[in-house]
Amino acid sequence: MSDEKKLAIIATKGTLDWAYPPFILASTAAALGYQVQIFFTFYGLQLLKRNLKLQVSPLGNPGMPMPMAMDKWFPVLGTAIPGMQSIMTMMMKSKMKAKGVASVEELRSLCQEAEVKMIACQMTVDLFDLNHKEFIDGIDYGGAATFFEFAGQSDISLYI
Amino acid sequence: MANFDQELDATGLNCPLPILRAKKALGGMTGGQVLHIIATDPGSVKDFEAFAKQTGNELMESKEEGGKFLFLIKKA
Repeated sequence: MSDEKKLAIIATKGTLDWAYPPFILASTAAALGYQVQIFFTFYGLQLLKRNLKLQVSPLGNPGMPMPMAMDKWFPVLGTAIPGMQSIMTMMMKSKMKAKGVASVEELRSLCQEAEVKMIACQMTVDLFDLNHKEFIDGIDYGGAATFFEFAGQSDISLYI
Repeated sequence: MANFDQELDATGLNCPLPILRAKKALGGMTGGQVLHIIATDPGSVKDFEAFAKQTGNELMESKEEGGKFLFLIKKA
């Protein structure tokens, strides 16, 4: 179907917050009738793991709201306190649940149901000594040329 | 409120879930049938307009009632 619109996404980030844009946009575009491909590279590979252990980090992120205005009282150093990352991740997850935001796992499986094609960058899989067994089923492995095969004829290309 | 064939309760769900659930529900319906959607996400008002425009399904009605957003979408 060549009249279908196409969306190509490169997902490069492996944190809980940055896991959302690629999966939200991909699943929504698929629902709107787009053909979608996501190319996961570098830290983006974390989003394809069977067991997701994604976290948010307040470190080096002055835009992140902190509990009890900690960022105001202890700027920079407050975000580097040991355990802060787990606390912020827990808080973010419970907030998302309370607000009816889907989990990353749910959005990812909705993408798979909608036949969003997911490609893991083989070069970075090798670079980080990752094993194909660590990743979910139903994904492809390829390189830059594989991405361009689809992106070259897509209507929208996003780098996230 | 006009008649509808199927109802989708998307209350408490946030973007993009109401759209994704609606798409799925419509997938199981036949052309001309009407889906009634109940949502609480204020963003869904604009989103269902955009969804209808891009998928060709007709947004017959969109209204707010007691803090809920109600939509009627006729499958193309």
